[in-house]
Amino acid sequence: MADMTATQPDIRPRGLPRINSRIVVMGLYLVFLMLPIYWLLNMSLKTNAEILNTFTLWPRDLTFANYATILTDPAWYMGYVNSIIYVTLNTVISLAVALPAAYAFSRYHFMGDKHLFFWLLTNRMAPPAVFALPFFQLYSSVGLFDTHIAVALAHTLFNVPLAVWILEGFMRGVPKEIDETAYIDGYGFGRFFVKIFMPLIASGIGVAAFFCFMFSWVELLLSRTLTTVNAKPIAAIMTRTQGASGIDWGVLAAAGVLTILPGALVIYFVRNYIAKGFALGRV
Amino acid sequence: MDWMAWTWPTAIFFIVIAGLLITFSVLAIKFPETPRRGILRIETTRGDRLFITLVGSAFINLAWLGIVGAQQPYALIVCLAYALAVFRWV
Amino acid sequence: MNKTVNQKAWFLVLPVLLLVAFSAVIPLMTVVNYSVQDTFGQNQFFWAGLAWFEEMLASERMWNALWRQMMFSGIILVIQVPLGIFVALNMPKSGAWSTVCLVLMSLPLLIPWNVVGTIWQIFGRVDIGLLGYTLDALGLEYNYTQDTLDAWVTLIVMDVWHWTSLVALLAFAGLKSIPDAYYQAAKIDQASRWKVFRYIELPKMSGVLTIAILLRFMDSFKIYTEPFVVTGGGPGNATTLLSIDLVKMALGQFDLGPAAAFSIMYFLVILLVSWVFYTVMTNLDKQEG
Repeated sequence: MADMTATQPDIRPRGLPRINSRIVVMGLYLVFLMLPIYWLLNMSLKTNAEILNTFTLWPRDLTFANYATILTDPAWYMGYVNSIIYVTLNTVISLAVALPAAYAFSRYHFMGDKHLFFWLLTNRMAPPAVFALPFFQLYSSVGLFDTHIAVALAHTLFNVPLAVWILEGFMRGVPKEIDETAYIDGYGFGRFFVKIFMPLIASGIGVAAFFCFMFSWVELLLSRTLTTVNAKPIAAIMTRTQGASGIDWGVLAAAGVLTILPGALVIYFVRNYIAKGFALGRV
Repeated sequence: MDWMAWTWPTAIFFIVIAGLLITFSVLAIKFPETPRRGILRIETTRGDRLFITLVGSAFINLAWLGIVGAQQPYALIVCLAYALAVFRWV
Repeated sequence: MNKTVNQKAWFLVLPVLLLVAFSAVIPLMTVVNYSVQDTFGQNQFFWAGLAWFEEMLASERMWNALWRQMMFSGIILVIQVPLGIFVALNMPKSGAWSTVCLVLMSLPLLIPWNVVGTIWQIFGRVDIGLLGYTLDALGLEYNYTQDTLDAWVTLIVMDVWHWTSLVALLAFAGLKSIPDAYYQAAKIDQASRWKVFRYIELPKMSGVLTIAILLRFMDSFKIYTEPFVVTGGGPGNATTLLSIDLVKMALGQFDLGPAAAFSIMYFLVILLVSWVFYTVMTNLDKQEG
């Protein structure tokens, strides 16, 4: 930020006041966004003694002990493993069924296509709270309670519609002539789809996968309801520790920071698609 | 299926809904139609009107139950009138 | 794009249909079944008719939760939409600074919801949180676990923090699609900044803004995790929004019947709003091309 204020006026001296107000607005907004995250990071690097006894704006007594606790204690790190397993399963299932469906929606008219598309949307919009109880009964009755696949399947409720909508948004950008030429050249549907079409919408698939991953990763209610021990996700472990009398703030903060990481790592690559993904491919 | 706790009334309810869906699908195949614009100024087909009718009927029934609180079957008469209005004007 | 009619496309949609039927239709049918029955423990059900619906419609608890939910969704929309537009107008359109803004603004959107709760739970604490500590040092009585107003303010600020960027990014996408020629024409006409906004930028953003408003409404309407982590619905029931109340009823007390009746009404509202959303969106698509 500092060097922006220094260089901009040289280029456009007359626009000086306006550029400054823009930078002030954006600066303030970004500070507002970053402060709470900084505070979490700050706490994760402190000892509990420092957190509770002194109020410091940055860690005086820098420690990685909180992270070490999480990465060495199976009760903690298995939460991440469980989350990653069901999230990956969910992403794979969602994309596998959504790809052909999105192609159908983007290319063809068929009976009830609009109603089907709408019905998918209602599932994206439905409150997980409505489904928590029946899911609990359903997966208990089929013996899948507390398994990764149960959570993965439960999350398809909102991720399959999401994937279909996002992929459809990308696919309609691909001209139909490409399909027709390929069919004339003697490609069958399967070969055309995998060899020609999928590379064309590779970025769309990437974005859809990212959003499936994200929405499954951030969800708490269903994953907590459907698991007890074996498939317990990190989110549930985090909220349950808060109920205990003495909260280990440092470890809690470190666990929080570690859950932010997957999103933060790929954010740069999807930055131009964030709006599109959240808006279900409609932007 | 035990855990789903089926009862006859709810089963009939779902059979009726499924029946309506099938009927309207058959109608759509046999007598294709062009969407029209009604008083809501949106394009609707028969299927859309069925949806508006069903969701509206659910709210009518709830309103009847909440406000009148007795003789629920009469709410269905209101729903029928509403359905006719939807299919005529929307 | 001109689509061709092809009924065989149904086969491509079939997997989605089966999967979503399994994870949406069967549970919803179950909810309907539960809503008309009473249960005493292990899978023993008794016919209860519409009693649960009647009870829920007369229950102050549900209406209060609905009222709080409407308040919450209303307030966050009133704050987030103008603020999001304002931020979008101030975002740099290109260059490294633009990338920095995009990345940093996206970050809160991608944080797990329970961690968003944890962040604000910590941030607002008077003893260890920056916000709580600062307010306390300024002499303000601030305690989000005891005071209703403080709890509400904390939840709203948290939601603004979490989701305003989404509105901003959508509005920004709309702004970027405005050709430079429009601005040049406005410059020649010596249009004021306000007029440029009112007659060029706002109409061009209307499509994305509709999506933003509806998405924010729907997502705030089903919010559970964040307020649950921060306030747990308290103090008392002051921040018990619809989903929190429903989960308390369904999984906390295991009152299948009332919870199912509640769920159906909740779902009907969602269905109605989703339909409005879809209708508006498809009509926008048609206008654009």
